[in-house]
Amino acid sequence: MTGLGEAAPAGAMAIWRRLLPVWAALLALLGATLALAYAPLGRFSLVVALGIAVAKALLVVLLFMQLRKPDPLLRLTAFASLLFVAFMLILTFADVLTRAAPTQAGTVLPRSGPDLPAMGRRAF
Amino acid sequence: MSDAAMPGAALRKPWRSLRRQREAAGFGLWVFLGSEVMFFACALTGYAVYRTLWSEDFAAAARETNVVYGTLNTAILLTSSLTMAAAAEGARAGLRRLTLACLAATIAFGLAFLVVKGFEYREDIEKHLVPGPGFALEAAAAQVFFAFYWLLTGVHALHMSIGLGVTGTLLWQAWRRRRPLRSPAFEAAGLYWHFVDIVWIFLYPLLYLAGRS
Repeated sequence: MTGLGEAAPAGAMAIWRRLLPVWAALLALLGATLALAYAPLGRFSLVVALGIAVAKALLVVLLFMQLRKPDPLLRLTAFASLLFVAFMLILTFADVLTRAAPTQAGTVLPRSGPDLPAMGRRAF
Repeated sequence: MSDAAMPGAALRKPWRSLRRQREAAGFGLWVFLGSEVMFFACALTGYAVYRTLWSEDFAAAARETNVVYGTLNTAILLTSSLTMAAAAEGARAGLRRLTLACLAATIAFGLAFLVVKGFEYREDIEKHLVPGPGFALEAAAAQVFFAFYWLLTGVHALHMSIGLGVTGTLLWQAWRRRRPLRSPAFEAAGLYWHFVDIVWIFLYPLLYLAGRS
């Protein structure tokens, strides 16, 4: 974090002074997400939980995994996969959320009993 | 500090400078982590689809997970990331005692995580939360939730075990002075460890906090 020099001078105290606040913030966010999970937020509780998870992940990525350093190659490599994750989620949910009800996968419930004789139709 | 006097010892063959070698290690590790992101993202996309289809069943099933063990393990893992980051920075700065102590602490926290996970798995099995005949919950899709629970936590625990093996190897090599502290391997192992931590940061709200309110 002190730059790109090979021999970055750092003592143990300097390292702990830099890292311990990050750790404290991570634990504070953990407490916040645990408390807010029991708050009656309705459908926003998932949004809040994932938002806090993203904040924790950003703290780890930027300060523990050193992406705060201005290194364009590493930054692009690190975030490239998120683009493909976004494609996957968008295309998957474009299908799941727009299906007509009879073709929705949720209309066939999972079961753990023995298999029924095949009816010539596929469940999914 | 002996290796700080001769930084050439950490330099390996194709690279001309330690800085280049460090960049290559970081770049290679991030490419690998990209493949790992896609691996976990596939399972999480499946989770998201089924949770969209059967949100009430998923909420009912998620309430059966043990939030105490889950929260404790999150705290343990976040703390292990702190010690791992300190180990990587200590190695880079040539601080031998800090590096060895922090690598050992990281291994201890990693093992503690797996032990807590083991207690949790035992409780889950006793509560018949393994999908299949004799499953405890009535809700039909609750078994789907627990299939994801076992898959995601199991694969995460496997990644933890691999990380423990890597960290243990580095601790042994640093202890025996077989690997100079300036080697980029410490930072590379740190990147992997932090990634496994981030996976858990997302698993925790999805598996343990759903349906609590």
